[in-house]
Amino acid sequence: MSSEKPTLKQRFDRWMIKHGRVLVIGIPYLWLFLFFLVPFLIVLKISFSMAEYAQPPYTSLFSWIEEGVTITLNFGNYLFLLSDSLYATAYLNSIRIAAISTVITLLIGYPMAYGIARAQGSMRSVLLMLVILPFWTSFLIRVYAWIGILDREGLINAFLLWTGIISEPLIMRQTEFAVYVGIVYTYLPFMILPLYSTLEKMDISLVEAALDLGCKPWQAFAKVTLPLSMPGILAGSLLVFIPAVGEFVIPELLGGPNTLMIGRTLWNEFFANRDWPIASAVAIAMLIFLVVPIMWFQHIQTKQEEGQQ
Amino acid sequence: MLVSEAALEDVHEDVHKTQPWNNPDAVPYIRFENVTKKFGDFYAVDDVSLDVYRHELFALLGGSGCGKTTLLRMLAGFEEPTSGKIYIDGVDMAGVPAYERPTNMMFQSYALFPHMSVEQNVAFGLVQDGVSRSEIKQQVAEMLGLVQMTKFAKRKPHQLSGGQRQRVALARSLIKRPKVLLLDEPLGALDKKLREQTQFELVNIQEKVGTTFVMVTHDQEEAMTMASRIAVMNEGVINQTGTPFELYEYPNSRYTANFLGQVNLIEGVLVDDDEKYAVIKSDEAGCDIYIDHAVQGHQGMTFWVALRPERLRITKEEPKETKYNCLSGKVEEIGYLGGISTYHVRLASGKRIKVTEPNSTRQIEPRYTWEDTVWVSWEAGAASVLSK
Repeated sequence: MSSEKPTLKQRFDRWMIKHGRVLVIGIPYLWLFLFFLVPFLIVLKISFSMAEYAQPPYTSLFSWIEEGVTITLNFGNYLFLLSDSLYATAYLNSIRIAAISTVITLLIGYPMAYGIARAQGSMRSVLLMLVILPFWTSFLIRVYAWIGILDREGLINAFLLWTGIISEPLIMRQTEFAVYVGIVYTYLPFMILPLYSTLEKMDISLVEAALDLGCKPWQAFAKVTLPLSMPGILAGSLLVFIPAVGEFVIPELLGGPNTLMIGRTLWNEFFANRDWPIASAVAIAMLIFLVVPIMWFQHIQTKQEEGQQ
Repeated sequence: MLVSEAALEDVHEDVHKTQPWNNPDAVPYIRFENVTKKFGDFYAVDDVSLDVYRHELFALLGGSGCGKTTLLRMLAGFEEPTSGKIYIDGVDMAGVPAYERPTNMMFQSYALFPHMSVEQNVAFGLVQDGVSRSEIKQQVAEMLGLVQMTKFAKRKPHQLSGGQRQRVALARSLIKRPKVLLLDEPLGALDKKLREQTQFELVNIQEKVGTTFVMVTHDQEEAMTMASRIAVMNEGVINQTGTPFELYEYPNSRYTANFLGQVNLIEGVLVDDDEKYAVIKSDEAGCDIYIDHAVQGHQGMTFWVALRPERLRITKEEPKETKYNCLSGKVEEIGYLGGISTYHVRLASGKRIKVTEPNSTRQIEPRYTWEDTVWVSWEAGAASVLSK
């Protein structure tokens, strides 16, 4: 060993080897802290305050009286959510619509993901590309396009009237049906991609082994392919379900005035009523509604994955 | 001493039982009839006809892409032949799906279901057939006993070693008592020590259950240790079929000679032939080669003389008889393997000859060293003559 002092570069390299990992992980954590956790805490804070005609339109939690700081927490907003059935209805509606949309997305997405996973190499990347392609155009424009398709004078009605199948235009826009169409259409890629990645990794000889041992193709699917693609099904369903619950644009543009979803309620509270504390309470309650079951899901999933390694 | 007619009959009967392929009356259990499989323009299997008899442990041997696996998969029902027919126990397999065939397969990757325990994996075929619970329990226990995996019944596949997985896969594929068990590189994923041990175990299990085994392998040693007969495949065609002995001692082509064991191939031209002998002149060897049997062919035809390294003699002194079957050259490479030594001898023509010699006595120092001039000779009966 030489007793020479390490150069600055060597010292830097050694420092990086030791602490580089912390740095690499630290940056995204800092980002998440600043732009996710801090806003969340602000919203949480607002949800415990009271509405006020002021700028900003809510009372402060902290008040300085001679000896020190007094914190006033106002649970009234949360109690209000419970007392007015509007909110409960909106939550339940959101969860119902999101759940049904997730199931439909799964039913459409699974065969597609399966088809892509079993396609020839070059064809596979083309098909994947087609799945992702819609993302290159603005989400809003695509939803507007659906208005053009589903409208009273839209493409579908025009075509059906022209063929003579119907004599009166169908009412599709401003119904719950249109909301389903919009959500399923928008979130389909989020279902297909995780499903594809689990199905693509699956050893095809497992299916062959099931066939070999006497399974008809559908039995092999039910006994082998389906249970082994469960992680993909769970991941895809969560990726669709979570944003669908809070969806605002689709029910606003495609749904009717009666399609009550929590995203819309939230928007109304913020912008129409300017009741920030209530709006924040709505947001926090939604978060709790969603986070608890999701954490439970993920807990199960990790357990399963551990079991399969 | 005269052998009685009856005794001779007995011997015949015995041969017919143990070597059904030598019995013209024996009915093949599996029959490939002019089977061809095309993938696009590529002939994976090209007009293959092959008979396998009951209770055989038959090996399809060849390099990667030779069509052996395709042949096996057609037997299992995962691929349909482009043309030709496959019969198992007299039944035409055309259009019979994999799940209705009397075959089971042991996959190269073992394909154990990762979400099921060892027990559930082994029981899978029986559950599928709707066998009663108590029956399944008993048969699974029996099968796990056969492959010595009883202790691990509750484990999941990922908690097993490679050798244990292999046993589970074997148990799973045997439990339905298939007419034919198909094995795709059954020992390919095991390390060498375990492989050698498992080879004999597999043969023992095969003898115990009496199922006909058809296995695919690229490992000639594995095929020779285990198989009753071997079909050597190359580019979708069967090159030669025979017992390990037949293939090693009487290869029909350079390909077979090369694939099974090691061989020196010396090119030469037939210059003299008779009913009892033949002489091949070889520029490569630098000497004439005397063969103690007749050769099919005419004078002037090119032949290859196949010489196994262990049948060659290597000496420091010039042999007395040097007219035929005697090469001289310099030792170029020496491999001391303990039990045997291998030498590469470079001839004047540049041709390298490989010789192996058993180290049957203890030496003070190595017998030969690099650049020694040596003579390589052999008995007239040691060589086989190949025309292709």
